[in-house]
Amino acid sequence: MRIADLSAFTWQVMRGNRGRTLLILLAMGIGVAAVLMVTALGEGARRYVLKQFSGLGSNLVIVLPGRAETAGGIPGFITGKTPRLLTLDDALALARSRAVRRIAPLIVGTGDVHWNARTRESPILGTTADFIAVREMNLAQGLFLPESDPHHGQPVCVVGARVARELFGHTPALGQWLRIGDRRFRVIGVAAPQGESLGFNTDQIVIVPLAAAQALFNSEALFRILVEAKSRGQVAAAKTDILEIVKQRHEGERDITVITQDAVLSTFDRILGALTLAVGGIAAISLSVAGILVMNVMLISVTQRRREIGLLKALGATSGQIRLIFVSEAILLALAGASAGMAAGWASQFLLGHLFPSIPFAAPWWAVIAAPATAIATAIVFSITPARQAARLDPVAALAART
Amino acid sequence: MIRLTGIQRHFQVGGETVHALRGIDLAIGAGEYIAILGPSGSGKSSLLNIIGLLDHPSAGQYELDGRDVTALADDEQARVRREKIGFVFQFFHLVPRLTAAENIALPMVLAGVEPSRREERVAWLLEAYGLANRAHHRPDQLSGGQCQRVAIARAMSMSPPVIVADEPTGNLDRHTSQEVITLLESLHAAGSTLIVVTHDPSLGARATRQLHLDDGLIAERPLPDSPAD
Ligand SMILES: Nc1ncnc2c1ncn2[C@@H]1O[C@H](COP(=O)(O)OP(=O)(O)OP(=O)(O)O)[C@@H](O)[C@H]1O
Ligand SMILES: [Mg+2]
Repeated sequence: MRIADLSAFTWQVMRGNRGRTLLILLAMGIGVAAVLMVTALGEGARRYVLKQFSGLGSNLVIVLPGRAETAGGIPGFITGKTPRLLTLDDALALARSRAVRRIAPLIVGTGDVHWNARTRESPILGTTADFIAVREMNLAQGLFLPESDPHHGQPVCVVGARVARELFGHTPALGQWLRIGDRRFRVIGVAAPQGESLGFNTDQIVIVPLAAAQALFNSEALFRILVEAKSRGQVAAAKTDILEIVKQRHEGERDITVITQDAVLSTFDRILGALTLAVGGIAAISLSVAGILVMNVMLISVTQRRREIGLLKALGATSGQIRLIFVSEAILLALAGASAGMAAGWASQFLLGHLFPSIPFAAPWWAVIAAPATAIATAIVFSITPARQAARLDPVAALAART
Repeated sequence: MIRLTGIQRHFQVGGETVHALRGIDLAIGAGEYIAILGPSGSGKSSLLNIIGLLDHPSAGQYELDGRDVTALADDEQARVRREKIGFVFQFFHLVPRLTAAENIALPMVLAGVEPSRREERVAWLLEAYGLANRAHHRPDQLSGGQCQRVAIARAMSMSPPVIVADEPTGNLDRHTSQEVITLLESLHAAGSTLIVVTHDPSLGARATRQLHLDDGLIAERPLPDSPAD
């Protein structure tokens, strides 16, 4: 039997049983679309997180107060526990390590920023001159915080691009005096628009000297210390040194958590990658449910078409041909269903991309291959039993069947 | 052409064994026209199915064209059937979703005959059997007589040397029966070996040789003047 004839024959069967055909197409299509959708969601989340992290400087080590409770987790972020304060002197002590190039202690809070009659609530970041280098931040205008004794803050600040726009409008920001709480700061720099990374949107913050922020928020406790290692290879050494130095300073207690960017990245990468695979797998199971449907529908079809099968045998069809006729019907159905599902999957991915432009939804390549492949493989596997049953029919009995 | 020796066919029904054929010895020469007659249940269809290679005998030997086909594997049997046997059934057995032309082409499709040669052959058969203007009609749009003509055209599409017909007129009125029998006889006239099972003695009488089956045995010897092989 020629391939063209086989597909024509199968096509006629499918056309002759529209309800049945549509049912299987629907089940297959939904399964394939589901795989594409959930993997696109997972992959979108993964890429989003990676993008957020890669916005941070390289060779970055983050020190936070409080000890990690569980390995691999990200404490502080979640628990917010601060058992022992991390102080400016702790931070300055870290510079002793030979693996460390720069440090930037951070204090974070919110405050009302006033200029003339305008007021804007804004996150306030207290840090030191090295922050700009550690974070690889760029300035649009002016200068960053001056190098000076971090214990004594000058009344100067750097504002984010959006803060500058919203507070000063068309007035040049540089040189303006703004007020935060009861303190006045002169604007000496405007940050270049940078967008979001790790929840910090540098476009929206006001950066003041660390000592000024300590006074503003009336707290010595650091929120984080950002440490830049001398190179990527020195990150591990920097981490060890940091732990050692702080332990000495804190009476032998290891009460900080040190996160390296690589570790965070690879953890997220792993978690989200595994998650995508898992949900993709679950969606693929829905495909095998479709496979069971294929099997049932085909079994019914074999019973209904007994006389036809008997006839085909009488006309000289071999068992192999009969099997082929049924399996190819399943394959054709799966192909059509998979195509429909792919189309639906792409369409909804496109739609989601429009609704949430910041998240890069895209089904990973392996899902694009695996989804239709699973559909077709499922169809083949589940059509084998009905096809065999058809091929085994005794032609005389099949021809005499009453249906 | 066809030689059956000691052919038996048993069926197990529950605990009992039904003997449909109890030992048939039969030789049919090429180009013969044979009618198989006998009461209901005498084993006519069973015999025809064995001759048509649709069924295996329980015992005995079957030789077709000098080749022992008794114990052929199913697929090999299918191939012999495709090339040598044309079936005509009482209930036509046309595929309802296919047109007359597509039904006629079916054996050639299964045999993998090229589309161009297939079309040629189908066109010729449609013309020859008076179905030219029915080519694209489906079975439900055809009369019983037309359906049976399509079925005969289908049986002839691979030009098999043997045509077996199990009560081909059993489902037709007298007039259309006449038409169908005339058509089958024209095939015989053109050289085919024709084996027809029938209940109708007047139809049986038209054959060159009559076989009377009774309870799984050939009851009467063939007419003395008919060829033995
Ligand atoms: N598949 C089967 N299972 C059990 N018994 C069968 C089977 N097929 C045929 N028989 C029995 O074999 C015997 C011969 O049947 P067969 O169909 O050959 O008769 P027949 O001469 O064609 O009858 P009819 O004229 O009614 O068509 C009958 O007794 C029948 O009941
Ligand atoms: Mg019968």
